[in-house]
Amino acid sequence: MLDSVLAGIAATLRRLGGGTVAAIGWLGYAARFGVAVVLETPAAFARLSLTLREIYFAGVLSLVIILVSGLFVGMVLALQGYDVLQRYGAAESLGVLVALSLVRELGPVVAGLLFASRAGSAITAEIGLMKATEQLSAMEMMAVDPLARVVAPRFWGGVVSMPLLAALFSTLGVFGAYLVGVKLIGIDPGAFWGNMQAGVDFRYDIVNGVIKSVVFGIAVSMIAVFEGYDAKPTAEGVSTATTRTVVESSLAILGLDFVLTVFMFRGGA
Amino acid sequence: MAPAGLRSGRRALWGPTRRATMSVFPRAIPIPMSELTAPGSALTPVRPDHAVELDDVTFGYDQRPVLTGITMRIPRGGVVAIMGGSGCGKTTILRLIGGQLRPQSGRVLVGGESVPDLDRDALYAMRRKLGMLFQFGALFTDMSVYENIAFTLREHTNLPEELIRDLVLMKLHAVGLRGAARLMPAELSGGMARRVALARAIALDPMLVLYDEPFAGLDPISLGVVGQLIRRMSEALGITSLVVTHDVYESLKIVDYLYFVSDGKIIAEGTPADVRASGDAFVRQFVDGQPDGPVPFHYPAPPYRSELFARA
Repeated sequence: MLDSVLAGIAATLRRLGGGTVAAIGWLGYAARFGVAVVLETPAAFARLSLTLREIYFAGVLSLVIILVSGLFVGMVLALQGYDVLQRYGAAESLGVLVALSLVRELGPVVAGLLFASRAGSAITAEIGLMKATEQLSAMEMMAVDPLARVVAPRFWGGVVSMPLLAALFSTLGVFGAYLVGVKLIGIDPGAFWGNMQAGVDFRYDIVNGVIKSVVFGIAVSMIAVFEGYDAKPTAEGVSTATTRTVVESSLAILGLDFVLTVFMFRGGA
Repeated sequence: MAPAGLRSGRRALWGPTRRATMSVFPRAIPIPMSELTAPGSALTPVRPDHAVELDDVTFGYDQRPVLTGITMRIPRGGVVAIMGGSGCGKTTILRLIGGQLRPQSGRVLVGGESVPDLDRDALYAMRRKLGMLFQFGALFTDMSVYENIAFTLREHTNLPEELIRDLVLMKLHAVGLRGAARLMPAELSGGMARRVALARAIALDPMLVLYDEPFAGLDPISLGVVGQLIRRMSEALGITSLVVTHDVYESLKIVDYLYFVSDGKIIAEGTPADVRASGDAFVRQFVDGQPDGPVPFHYPAPPYRSELFARA
């Protein structure tokens, strides 16, 4: 009786230990992969046309969803913001409210989430399928490093695209707010733009927002290329990897956003 | 690296010309041919004129052994087949030779160099002398046929574009697909894709080409075409060919020597004539395609009767 209980405890401990060791091993593998990809940076930029192609796929082709989303987020923000602000007679502050929300938070975060599901998933699926159809293996056997030829350009394509997309998202959001606030509701355009100019600080608001979008770009691109490279080479494996990219990227964006916000915006300015 | 240097370097390294290699070939395997030999019974001394040598190679994933005590010699310019059922470890042998896997014990030599001991640069240098045809071609799906073949030339040489164009068209002409240069891989039939992959594998004029199931899933005409191409490449260019396959009929027509692998061990070897005449039970089952024999029809299971009537 006692023996079987002890054996059960031992088995549980062994499973726990094995799981922990495996998880740490996986983290180490992911970290080594990340370092290897970053070390291939010169290769990615030596083949500039490849990286430009990836910027086109990750960035330019994501433009429609990013621009449309930005416009609508800005318009909704203006409607909701006006509804609250006018109760306190502060409707002229609409411009600054919308601009700060977009530049500091919504721009990087929502653009990042959209980028993860539009471009991140595509990168993972493409690399995963290349692995499943032995294209990566074939490249290796041709003495061409897939990390340099396939992974690094996609990583850098994402890293370059993401801040630009976030900036465009914010820009279109501000434009959407202008349409609703000034053209539809009838706020004075001078007050709208003037308050915005006075209330948004370049260093404190815009640069911090850009830093966020760069960090999210690195996180999403790294997760996307890693999940693709690490995918099981089957149809099911690629679909799992694609899902994981979207889930992990989204959680990473939200988590990183909180941490960055704590450091960047602790009141004052 | 200058292309001229690359070529002369290869000549110097890989030694004898095609004619010499082919003429000494039958004598290059000092194994009694009268009978298929049992594994390990006829270890030949290490000879530098072998393109590939595996010496008592053992490999496994974690606790699960995949290959045990594999010893084989592939002479220069020869066409050698590794045969065996699905999942018997054939492809693993190719990956060991290409340096994508490391053996747990034993030696893997390609052109006299020990593959597991090569560092990354030396391994990549070795792979430049090696072509590999993957099971389903593994063509780069985002590039045209032309770009696929130009790929290695562009990566490893700095030849001018006109020369690359000529080389690509020559390779495509050799496999009869010069007219398909502008097609995308998705527009090719299975047999055409395999031929394009073959053209890509020989783009850098390798000394050794590894074929992973070159006949899988092909119609009889494409099958014959690919088989003849493998043989012709070997004879015309002096390429050493190692064909992993389970297609007995097709490979008996084109190879000089065969190894039979089952459960990660070499269980028989010999020339096509030996194989046809062999009385070995496994070889007979394999060659004649019998469903039951040394390789059982049934996956190991508890006795039929006890399982069916277990509840009674």
